Amino acid sequence: MTAAGLWVALGAAIGAPARYLVDRAVQRTHGTSFPWGTFTVNVVASLVLGVVLGGAAPSAVVAAVGTGFCGGLSTWSTLGYDTVRLAEARERAHALFNVVMSTFAGLGAASLGLVIGAGAFGP
Amino acid sequence: MSADPPRPVPLLQRQGALVAAVSLGGVLGALARWGLGLAFPTPHDAFPTTTLLINVVGCLLMGVLVVLVAEVRTAPPIVRPFLGVGVLGGFTTFSTFAVDAQTLLAAGHLGTALGYLAATVLGSVGAAWLGLVVARAAAGGAR
Repeated sequence: MTAAGLWVALGAAIGAPARYLVDRAVQRTHGTSFPWGTFTVNVVASLVLGVVLGGAAPSAVVAAVGTGFCGGLSTWSTLGYDTVRLAEARERAHALFNVVMSTFAGLGAASLGLVIGAGAFGP
Repeated sequence: MSADPPRPVPLLQRQGALVAAVSLGGVLGALARWGLGLAFPTPHDAFPTTTLLINVVGCLLMGVLVVLVAEVRTAPPIVRPFLGVGVLGGFTTFSTFAVDAQTLLAAGHLGTALGYLAATVLGSVGAAWLGLVVARAAAGGAR
C-alpha cells in the first residue's frame, strides 16, 4: 500500500469511531428518534472537507483529513437507512426533513468550508 | 470482603472493543472507497459517478445488513458496529458528496449538480429501501 493509503487508513481509523461516539453523545442528549447525531457529523465533515479542498493542502493532508477522516466521519449508509426507517415508522415528515435538511446543510457547510480554505490556505 | 463495587472495567472493555471494531471497519471501508476512486477517477467538473455508486451500493448493503443482523436473527453485538457503522459508514461518504455537488454548483454546472444531488438522494434512500425489502423477502422465503 502506498503512503497515501496509509494516510487514508489513519484518518478513517479516527473518523469512523468519532462518528460513532458523537452520534451516541448527541442521541443521549436529544432522546428522539430523529438522527441528529448523523446530521451533525455529516455537516461537520462537509465543512472540514471544504476547508481541506478549498486551499492548496498537501496531498498527505487531503488523504488523511479529507479522504480518510472526513469520509470516515460522514456517512450516506446510515442517512439512507435512517430515512427509510423514519418513513416506515410513519414519520414521513421527519424522513423527508432528514434527507432534505442534511443535503442543504451539507451544501452550506461545504460552501463555507471552501471559502475558509481558499482564504486561509489559498495560493 | 465488602460489597462488590460497580464494575466499570468490563463496561469499558466492551466500549473499547466496540470503538476498535468501528475503527477497523471504517479503515477497511475507507480504503475500498479510496481504491475505487483511484481505479475510476472522476474528471474535473464531471458527474461524480464513482462516489454516487459507492453511496448507493453502501446504502443497499446497509438495508440488507440491518435485516440480517436485527430482524432475521440476532448476530453477536459486535457485528453491526463493525460492518454497519464501521465498514459501510467508512465506505460511504457524505462529505465528498456535499463538496463535489457544491463545487459543481459554484462552477455553474447547474444541470450536472442538480442531477448529481437528485441521483444521490433518491438513489441512496431508494437503495436502502430496496435492500430492506429484498432481504426481508429472501429471509421470508428461506424460513
